[in-house]
Amino acid sequence: MRFVEEFRDPELGRALAAEILSLVEPGRSYKLMEVCGGHTHSIYRYGIDGLLPEAVELVHGPGCPVCVLPMGRVDDGIAIAHEPNVIFTCFGDMMRVPGSHGSLLDAKAQGADVRMVYSPLDALAIARRKPDREVVFFAIGFETTAPSTALTLKRAKAEGVANFSCMSNHVTIVPPLRALLDSPALEIDGFIGPGHVSTVVGARPFQFIPADYGRPLVISGFEPLDVLQSIQMLLLQLTTGRCEVENQYGRVVPWEGNPRALEAIAEVFELRAHFEWRGLGFISQSALKLSDAYAELDAERRYGIPGVRVADPKACQCGEVLKGVIKPWECRVFGTACTPERPIGTCMVSPEGACAAYYTYGRYARGAEATA
Amino acid sequence: MSPTRSEERVLEIVRGARARQARFRDAHITTSHGAGGKASQSLIEGLLLPALRNDALAPLGDAAALLVNGSALALTTDSYVVRPIRFPGGSIGELAVNGTVNDLAVSGARPLAITLSLVLEEGLATAELRAEIDAVARAARAAGVQVVAGDTKVVERGHADRMYACTTGLGLIDPRAKLSPSGLQPGDRILLSGPVGDHGMAVMLARDEFELEAEILSDTRSLWPAADALLEAAGADLHCMRDATRGGAASALNELARASDVTALVREADVPVAPAVAAAAELLGIDPMYVANEGKLLAFVAPASAAAALRALRETPGCEQAAEIGEVLGEPPGMVLVDTAFGGRRVMDLLAGDPLPRIC
Repeated sequence: MRFVEEFRDPELGRALAAEILSLVEPGRSYKLMEVCGGHTHSIYRYGIDGLLPEAVELVHGPGCPVCVLPMGRVDDGIAIAHEPNVIFTCFGDMMRVPGSHGSLLDAKAQGADVRMVYSPLDALAIARRKPDREVVFFAIGFETTAPSTALTLKRAKAEGVANFSCMSNHVTIVPPLRALLDSPALEIDGFIGPGHVSTVVGARPFQFIPADYGRPLVISGFEPLDVLQSIQMLLLQLTTGRCEVENQYGRVVPWEGNPRALEAIAEVFELRAHFEWRGLGFISQSALKLSDAYAELDAERRYGIPGVRVADPKACQCGEVLKGVIKPWECRVFGTACTPERPIGTCMVSPEGACAAYYTYGRYARGAEATA
Repeated sequence: MSPTRSEERVLEIVRGARARQARFRDAHITTSHGAGGKASQSLIEGLLLPALRNDALAPLGDAAALLVNGSALALTTDSYVVRPIRFPGGSIGELAVNGTVNDLAVSGARPLAITLSLVLEEGLATAELRAEIDAVARAARAAGVQVVAGDTKVVERGHADRMYACTTGLGLIDPRAKLSPSGLQPGDRILLSGPVGDHGMAVMLARDEFELEAEILSDTRSLWPAADALLEAAGADLHCMRDATRGGAASALNELARASDVTALVREADVPVAPAVAAAAELLGIDPMYVANEGKLLAFVAPASAAAALRALRETPGCEQAAEIGEVLGEPPGMVLVDTAFGGRRVMDLLAGDPLPRIC
């Protein structure tokens, strides 16, 4: 596959790993947080952390939209899915996320019409094909996926597709990062910045991180060489005493982001006063709801959702994992009560979740030479 | 970075939890239980096996081995519920023959006869049924078996998806075969009879859900010629074979590593994948190692016979791209590890259910 294999060249990978090793100052250790779940997935999928020196530690951050969704929102979605005549659509990795009484997959087994779609436009297409049914799209994601939801809603409104609606769980990236940086427990030296989100928002929104909190950030692509190069760039900043936002993913991310996508988001959505994040609690102005102009397409207004807040399970330490305070395996229930087939916390559900990635890929990845 | 003491302890606890027989605690059957991953495993080991346990069933091989008046027979059964019933490279009729023949073949049994039960939906076009029966006949001839008994049922419209087929296969276990799901030994080489993911990807794309078009054909075929060639080349050095169907090669490797209490180490760069399958899998965010095959087997061969076995496999029609993809290690037991093409190492676990595409 051209334009993909080039970024997976093992020779170049080893060369970058050697450069990273040469940048490590004796006696110093480096904790770097990859904000985005897509990076977590790449790191484990390709075994990138096995190529890093011992002094460089990767901490998995809160950038997996499935992982940060609180249980109450899943329950709300399931309640809509059980409404008569509803076709409930969502992305695949949403299907197994546990609510307080089972997942959407369970709701489907009990008779709800739950369907997996690849794009909100697919959901709209179902609505057009089935005018006698009510089609609801359960939207999740950061600024990465919000534009496609926004464009779908604009199209639905323009075409007057009255049997389509959307339950928005879209979240924004900066508020949780600020919340993390304000948390006293955090010991992070630098950030691997989210590549996909940045294609939309650009690099500018991250400048407060070096400016206000003194930590460098490098926006990174998702291929293994991208991630290694971003780590090398972070170490270079740290050893030379620079502290700024850099863009490793220049082939995709413009500094200013994508103004048209941002316009679409601004037209269709408005900020919620506050939104609950799993493990992180309520964060103000951190999520998007449909604006009043799109009220008639808002599933939350169309259906009376329970809106009951469900406390995170006591045993679950997703919050500490998301903050990078503990490693996945340090959680009390990791791998025993909480597994990918029976997740307690959302970090275990999506393959991008820190716990699922570690459980599925990471165990035995390091130090495996000793046993080989 | 070497794992800390306490990380090792946690992994030990996890290992213990995984080794225990799965309990079945779900209130309903979901599609996950049919996907060949962990949910299927818990259904089989937690609900079916406890109620039905006997010596022939308990090894959970692809076919049961039965000793009848001194003859070693293999018996297996399978249901076919594919949608759509026709897809590039094959159809449900061919699958129903080849799938059952292959469960016999990888058990070291020469297929003797199969039975065919059909569940038909009211309204099914006769032309479609006739085409599938012709496909059954063709596949049976190619595999050298006869359909010796059958049954038909018709259900009301909406109570089945056009047609389902169940086949049961009887085979004679070859005297050269010394095979067992628990027969993997450290040092064994892992052979794969050809590129992975063709069948599952062909069917996924035939559903037209992704607006992706690619020249991908199902690999459905009889594996008896491949099994026969391996038995001839390696004899008792051939420790185990398995056809990598539902759940793909990754799931088959996991089941066998667990049954044999060994590690299967796969070299990702050596696993053959057709370029079109690799590209489609990349777009969908699915690993081809978890995608179903209907004409690919994994073989575990002692090192002394591995080269001869691979040669014999490559000389078998349809297995020209066979490859040695890894080897069996002693530790950590019950795991599948992958040396990635990029140079790292990771775990390749059973999936919880169907592979779910990632969103971003």
